Amino acid sequence: MEFATLLAQVQSSTVLAIGLIFGLGAAGTAIGFGLLGGKLIEGTARQPELGGMLMGRMFLVAGLLDAVAMIGIGFALYFTFANPFAAAVKAAVGG
Amino acid sequence: MEAAESPRDSGSYVLHHLSNLKLDLQTMKIDPHATGFWVLHLDSAVFSLLLGTIFFVVFRRVAVRATSGVPSGLQNAVEALVDFVDGQVKEIFHQENKLVAPLALTIFVWVFLMNLMDLLPVDLLPYAAEQGAGLPALRIVPSTDVNITLGMSIAVFLLTFGFNMVYKGPIGFLKEALTHPFFIKSGWLVVLNVILIPFNVVLRIVEELARPISLALRLFGNLFAGELIFVLIAILMAQAGNGIGGAALGLGGIALSLVWAGFHILVITLQAFIFMVLTVVYLSLASEHH
Repeated sequence: MEFATLLAQVQSSTVLAIGLIFGLGAAGTAIGFGLLGGKLIEGTARQPELGGMLMGRMFLVAGLLDAVAMIGIGFALYFTFANPFAAAVKAAVGG
Repeated sequence: MEAAESPRDSGSYVLHHLSNLKLDLQTMKIDPHATGFWVLHLDSAVFSLLLGTIFFVVFRRVAVRATSGVPSGLQNAVEALVDFVDGQVKEIFHQENKLVAPLALTIFVWVFLMNLMDLLPVDLLPYAAEQGAGLPALRIVPSTDVNITLGMSIAVFLLTFGFNMVYKGPIGFLKEALTHPFFIKSGWLVVLNVILIPFNVVLRIVEELARPISLALRLFGNLFAGELIFVLIAILMAQAGNGIGGAALGLGGIALSLVWAGFHILVITLQAFIFMVLTVVYLSLASEHH
């Protein structure tokens, strides 16, 4: 009975953490992409002949923006499917 | 080992698709539960080598048979790729070096090919491998294995260290490491430079370590998340057998997988491009004279 309670507590905390990782990462990335896209449209409106080059640069920076959010998502998925904290609880109780 | 037809719940299906084909190098047996340092992810190793070989063979054939007349479709594509990478390298790397542009081309095409494996249906090759060779697990996208991406980024890290040594010399490199970014040029405060040295060293170490780690994890995170979403969509499609609601979910799953595959094509190319550009940028930073 106590093992189930402990496991439930660890899992609920993990789920909240995963939600925060996804949400905050998405928020930051969305704001960043919005600013970037706005600047691209502005720059293309000023000098349409640079449109292609500006879009290429935009995609480059977009990929860099994505980076930390994706690293966070990688960790969050690791916590979802192979939760080390739950494994530690199991080891402490069973081992 | 379970039989292929045994019913799985979605959790174990996902976990099955997240486990590599592990070869325990101490016992030389394929062991799904092997852990520790002496475990080789055989599927990642084989697929990455195979894709690298395909890249070499195809590009070599095109290079040997290149005509200055009307080019064939393949020669056109290869020429466009080489031109593109050459343009990028010329923009970023301003020294003369025979290693950088071929390195950039290799990284771009190899990472692109590895990422491209993500577009194959999730169960296609693993199921065939299970039926044909009894392999317990198979992950066909090498860049979803953090070992592969870390291997590439550590190689780039060692190369930047080498470029630093060659272009700046050990003394120049040490001088730069100890005096960037905090340095007092003249006046009586010059003695404070000695106190600033540890700050410079710490900042330099953090910056140098952050580069390979972020390079590796950026590629890994993007591809891992993409592959996982394909697996989850496959679970959605598997509900097609459960009545009307299930059939609706199945059709929705097919549509969703097409949409996600379309978006993922952009991600694949972009991540390969970013890995290449960042490699060239780091090498150019390591070789510029101030």
